[in-house]
Amino acid sequence: MGLLSDPNRRRALIGMLTRLNAPICMICYMAGVAWFMGLAFEPFTLRTYMSENAMGSTMVEERFPAGERALATGREFAAHKKKTGGMPVDWLVRTMQARGLEVYTQRFSRKLPFPDEDKERYMVKGTNVYGILRAPRAPRTEALVLSAPCSPGNENNQAVGILLGLAQYFRSQIYWAKDIIFLVNEHDLIGMQAWLEGYHHTNTTGMDWSPLQGRGGSIQAALSLELSSDVVTSLDLVLEGLNGQLPNLDLANLFYAFCQKIGVLCTTQGKLPRNDWDTTSGYSHAVQTMMLMVLKQASSRPWGDHGLFLRYHIEAASIKGVNSFRPYKTDATTVGRLLEGMYRKLNNLLERLHQSYFFYLMPSLTRFVSIGYYMPAFGLLALILLLRALDLWVQLSSPPTRTTEDACPPLCPLSAPQPASPGVLSILTPLVISHLTGVALYTLPVLSQELAVEHFPVSETEAVVLTAIAIYTAGLALPHNTHRLLAGEGTEQGWKVLKLVAVLYLAVLLGCTALINFSLVFPERGLLVGVNDPGLTLLFAVFFFQELQETPVTLQEGWMLYLSVISQGILDHALYGSLLYPLAALLVYPCWLLFWNILFWK
Amino acid sequence: MAAPLALLLIVAVTIRAALFRTSLANLISERVEVVSPLNAWKRVVEGLALLDLDISPYSGDVFHETPMVIYLFHFLMDYAEITFMLADCLTAVALYLAVKDYNKQVFRKQKFALEADRIPMDCLELIRSPTEMYYIPLKVAMFYLLNPFTIVSCVAKCTCGCLIYGSALLSAIFLALATYQSIYPLTLCVPALLYLLQRLYIPVNVRRSSFWFYTLQYLFMFLGSLLVLICLSFFLLGSWDFLPAVYGFILSVPDLTPNIGLFWYFFAEMFDHFRLFFLCVFQINVFFYTLPLSIKLKEHPVFLIFMQIALIAIFKSYPTVGDLSLYMAFLPVWNHLYRFLRNIFLVSCVLLACSALFPVLWHLWIYAGSANSNFYYAITLLFSVAQILLVSDYFYAFLRREHHLTNGLYLKKKDGSEATLVLK
Repeated sequence: MGLLSDPNRRRALIGMLTRLNAPICMICYMAGVAWFMGLAFEPFTLRTYMSENAMGSTMVEERFPAGERALATGREFAAHKKKTGGMPVDWLVRTMQARGLEVYTQRFSRKLPFPDEDKERYMVKGTNVYGILRAPRAPRTEALVLSAPCSPGNENNQAVGILLGLAQYFRSQIYWAKDIIFLVNEHDLIGMQAWLEGYHHTNTTGMDWSPLQGRGGSIQAALSLELSSDVVTSLDLVLEGLNGQLPNLDLANLFYAFCQKIGVLCTTQGKLPRNDWDTTSGYSHAVQTMMLMVLKQASSRPWGDHGLFLRYHIEAASIKGVNSFRPYKTDATTVGRLLEGMYRKLNNLLERLHQSYFFYLMPSLTRFVSIGYYMPAFGLLALILLLRALDLWVQLSSPPTRTTEDACPPLCPLSAPQPASPGVLSILTPLVISHLTGVALYTLPVLSQELAVEHFPVSETEAVVLTAIAIYTAGLALPHNTHRLLAGEGTEQGWKVLKLVAVLYLAVLLGCTALINFSLVFPERGLLVGVNDPGLTLLFAVFFFQELQETPVTLQEGWMLYLSVISQGILDHALYGSLLYPLAALLVYPCWLLFWNILFWK
Repeated sequence: MAAPLALLLIVAVTIRAALFRTSLANLISERVEVVSPLNAWKRVVEGLALLDLDISPYSGDVFHETPMVIYLFHFLMDYAEITFMLADCLTAVALYLAVKDYNKQVFRKQKFALEADRIPMDCLELIRSPTEMYYIPLKVAMFYLLNPFTIVSCVAKCTCGCLIYGSALLSAIFLALATYQSIYPLTLCVPALLYLLQRLYIPVNVRRSSFWFYTLQYLFMFLGSLLVLICLSFFLLGSWDFLPAVYGFILSVPDLTPNIGLFWYFFAEMFDHFRLFFLCVFQINVFFYTLPLSIKLKEHPVFLIFMQIALIAIFKSYPTVGDLSLYMAFLPVWNHLYRFLRNIFLVSCVLLACSALFPVLWHLWIYAGSANSNFYYAITLLFSVAQILLVSDYFYAFLRREHHLTNGLYLKKKDGSEATLVLK
């Protein structure tokens, strides 16, 4: 408390902070970015390890023999899928029943707010089929889920085949202590959303679905399988879920441990772990992997069918089979054995996965950075904002007579003899106006699509995206027109108070966002210094992401991609409740408009 | 002055009415920061349902309001929204009148002091002008009515007690009502007494019989009305069930639902055999400061009331943001202390950040499952520390202003250089 109560020391400290403000901010920024980039450097990261006792110490033996038969089932499924032109519900029900499962179906339908041009769907109708293998050794209080999507075209047939093969094999084993639910979902995430809402009796997005007839216990963990070829070269683990949520790290550890044991190549973000961390290429490989994870997380959308499980406290991940040109191949039996092993370990769980980390970044599948290591990088960047705010505060309060005016803002002309004193009212106006613009950006695009389609030669999707961009740009013109009306405009104090408010607003906003989804904040603040325009950031992120995935795009393609990303963002919000779009429209954009205002007030 | 007040009331009522109509009302009434087990509307509804079935509303472990409240709402059930808005408005008007009255007194005292030349010449900057004070009551009312914290607790239909001062009997009755609602306002008895003594020009002197006579008279009125209230509840309900269910519940803190206070986490972690001891320590904390503060501030009962309300809001067992808003409403009254405040920037930043972090960490803990209670409690702790800093800062500023008023604003050391005041 000495620092807070001793006036001399306070004065010295504040004097130092204001005098050296710019250099300290520079140092903080450099240190923050350097810290973040250092996270990908192997000696600074930790090796992944299994924290959960129940999964670590016990041995299991994988014996799944029937890979070929599973692939045959997959081919049969493909034939029936082609014949019915969609989900072969009857065949699936019959096949699952023949394998001794309790089989149920769930119908769902959903009308999208506007047509989704990427996946070409608008009115969605479908059926989920799931079979429950009841646990022979325990009361039915807990469950595990294995899901495979029924995708259009020729994809994921093998995944369904392996799912059915595993169901048959699991049925004959006696050691299951948890119900195992085998789910084939149609229309990927929409079907998954319907099934999860039905299972948990919630309805958050206004979807129509028929209630589930049968349930297992509370779901402990889920894996989603995507496999489109008979043999694979490697398996890719996808962790990023809705709103940047990640499953417990132990799930990733489990996957890695079994890949090592069985001898399957495993990747995350499509990148193999490498051992040459001391070379430049090795380091840049790790940075690429980590940045891909950060960007995927920042997009706030589920990157696999598992993504929606995370909302219900269910640890889930997607496993994708990749078939590339490497000579060494893994067959379906091995993939089956891998899954069998993972389920047997999950079956041993005594409580929910909670021992390991929930907030982490992975520069490779074998290494991770926990929240304690990456938060300081953000802290250093947030410190800049606080230092700026302190500096402004000191500047504002240095003439003591004015400070008292500041504290009791004039509410009417009687007590406001000085026209220069900026009141709360003059700050309130831009705050309210920019938030109203934000509300318009949030609500108008979807509401006004019909109007736009009538008057302009565009499709609904384009109408929504272009309206959003139009409102966004129109917001930039607002300060031009509003600032003339205001009393605080033009004065030194006026813009300083506004800047103080804006800086504090941004600091609180970033702090809160960083806690929920670190990745959303860091690239924006760290890589784009000064420019925190959300629109430009998104555009930049799109190009950067393509660059990282080693599929660079031209400007034209990039722009189209940008438009589709915006429409996907709005759709994700409407369909699954992703928070990125409301966050950007209602909070980040108004905050940025405040900074834009300052330019005009100066 | 009546017109702006009326306008303010209309704006406040409009905001509340608009919020009641939106889906936000449901969301807000579920927030733990806003409702406590003591005052949640849901629980009142449950209590009413039990009452309708001729079962004692206290028979479950859900309802903890006082019997008078439940009978009040028994008749006003259909007008609940209006009742809450009305209560807020009445509180605001009462605050407005009370502060106006107080300002008149301060001004009169200041005039006497000036005429008697008791104030050093260089302190004229510290003298308060009538124009500056003219708007303070309105600002107080505005701070109360437009404070987002007040609005959310009104929308959540919290049943926080309110407090006003008029004549001696009236003040005793209201104080008894407030105490009857939640025990803690008991500590406000002292400032109220001091305030009344000051109005009647009775010096606070233990050797004077008139002081003792008046004190006893006041205490008698207070305890008498409290007794009447409790007996009335007994006759309404026909049993003494409500005593353990309301006061036992407040004092022994059996419900550890997270809130913005300090109790829940601490007692969730506590070993059972220490529980009683720490319960006493925590509860005494609320009452403990009354005596030293009243000795120090015996000339300034209204500031003492402010301090007491703030301390209650910080240390009570089930605090909500509604309690916070009550003492925050008093902040404009102490506008003139602003130049002596030291940490106001830090404190307001922390309070702001904490208010934003509460829902975020709650989401992470309860919905996302990735954080845990430690995160939430850390913010609670920070919030309380910021509040304590705020209150102690105001206390320090008040004392310092008094010091300057007697010793002159620009203090000199013995060698003639400028001196600084250091608090150690």
